[in-house]
Amino acid sequence: MKYVGKRILQLLPILLAITFLSFGMMRIAGSDVVEQKMLNTGAAASDEVIEKARRELGLDKPFLVQYFVWLGRLLKGDMGTSYVSGKKVFELFVSRLPATLLLTAVSILLTIAVSIPLGIVSAVFRDTALDYIIRFFSFIGNSMPNFFVSLVLMYVLAIRLRLFPVISREPGLKSVTMPAVTLAIAMSAKYLRQVRAAILEELGKDYVDGARARGVHFLVILWFSVMRSSLLTIITLLALSIGSLLGGTAIVESIFMWDGVGKLAVDAIHMRDYPMIQAYVMWMAIIYVTVNLITDLCYQLLDPRIRLSGGER
Amino acid sequence: MSRVGAKRARVQGMKKDYLKIRLFLFSALAVLLILGALFSEQICPCDPYGQDLAKALQAPNPGHLMGTDAYGRDMLSRVIAGSKVSILSTLSLVAFIAVFGTAAGVFCGYVEGLPDSVLMRISDLCLAFPGLVFALAVAAILGGGVLNAAIALAAISWPKYARLARSRTLEMKGRSFIEAAFLSGDTDLQLMTRHILPNIAGPILVTAMLDIGTMMMELAGLSFLGLGAQPPTAEWGSMMSSGRSMLQTYPWVVLSPGLAVFATVAVFNLLGDTVRDYLDPGQ
Repeated sequence: MKYVGKRILQLLPILLAITFLSFGMMRIAGSDVVEQKMLNTGAAASDEVIEKARRELGLDKPFLVQYFVWLGRLLKGDMGTSYVSGKKVFELFVSRLPATLLLTAVSILLTIAVSIPLGIVSAVFRDTALDYIIRFFSFIGNSMPNFFVSLVLMYVLAIRLRLFPVISREPGLKSVTMPAVTLAIAMSAKYLRQVRAAILEELGKDYVDGARARGVHFLVILWFSVMRSSLLTIITLLALSIGSLLGGTAIVESIFMWDGVGKLAVDAIHMRDYPMIQAYVMWMAIIYVTVNLITDLCYQLLDPRIRLSGGER
Repeated sequence: MSRVGAKRARVQGMKKDYLKIRLFLFSALAVLLILGALFSEQICPCDPYGQDLAKALQAPNPGHLMGTDAYGRDMLSRVIAGSKVSILSTLSLVAFIAVFGTAAGVFCGYVEGLPDSVLMRISDLCLAFPGLVFALAVAAILGGGVLNAAIALAAISWPKYARLARSRTLEMKGRSFIEAAFLSGDTDLQLMTRHILPNIAGPILVTAMLDIGTMMMELAGLSFLGLGAQPPTAEWGSMMSSGRSMLQTYPWVVLSPGLAVFATVAVFNLLGDTVRDYLDPGQ
């Protein structure tokens, strides 16, 4: 418990620094928020109106004052209103989370279902035709950018074969398939190799030979010893992926018109909707910190040799 | 024992020969791609920016092997011209982050203490910050172009090299040959560049080689989202993005640049894998 507290204390400054960085960057990038806002609404504004709006938003105050006012509101859960829709940023953001969560869950499950069995098979039947075929497909999956995979899937499955709707109206089992498969292809290709390498490394250890010599069935060794030790690698990878998926996969979500946070971020970036962009930055930072914490804890749980003091190497 | 040993040595020798052939083949392919990118203007069959609306959206045919786009521009020429942007910017990006990240990492690992903590916290910050937003901020400050995307990607990817170099340097520091070099009067800089760097270069080179494909896809991805190269620049990601709405009716406009990305990434990944196997046969 003490360790967890210490890690959180180490990670909190990162969150704080991120708030500062994102605030500063948006102030520099959005040289004039008011003008941008007027531009988005399409209204021509006189200088007085702009001046008044600026005062209302507190933009006439010094930068640091603005930052602390903004930070104070942020801590209360108030992220301001979207420049584009005029709705509360926080609520809008939260309303997009379920779609991203669904996509994350389905694609991770697909990835686990594909990469772990294939990785094990590929390691056990090392250097056989089966291994080469699996590795060949993993290589192909690794070399295709996800926007290309998305468009090819769309072309083949939706346009040619008409199995799925090209663009989904609402999140459902049918509409989640294509984006989830797209994400799962790249991830499975990556994990398959890692799982294979992790299992091979374990299989090469002396205790495996020892157990076999003692007559323990190979499958028993594989499941109870080898898998257990390879779990560490697999869990770390999964945590990292879940983290990046929760951040919304901007490209895939945009292509399939999937209303998750990734698409929200891309749209906000195109509209220069700064409060929304800041919400996205904060969300990503929280994910980063949480994922780091969880992987650390998993390491601890699975490998007690890792020092409790939490020294970073 | 000796017969088994001899056989094993022979098998390993064969593997090594096979690896050498692979290394030569894929390096040659990669060099070919880079040369093609450098001399793209000379090898384009048509002008990649020359519009001819009368010839718009032709399916692939002998005159235009990849068809033409909505403005009647020859797709093959645009794909070749796009290789210049994609390949050259990716290679400079990877070279930059590898050099910068490694320098930062070796420095951190060597000095330790306060500079180390500060730089490592900065690297945490960079890792936690979304690349998309970086790209936007850079675009707003410097204006559009593929450079934004490259800067944004550099900002979020150098920490990988810094951490790798740092942990390797920490390992090296305890070795006796470093102490010997120190006792024989080498300066800190000499220790870092002459003794530590050559000993940690292998894994860094492998990481960099394997990163080329990933970075190429990321760069094209940012351009696809409109945060990198802007139309009419012939760049694979932005070409795919602008052809997206024509996927149903004129798929070649989207699929040919996609295939180009795929093929190029595949070549660099193959080369990266081979370099890894060559330098690190234990894997």
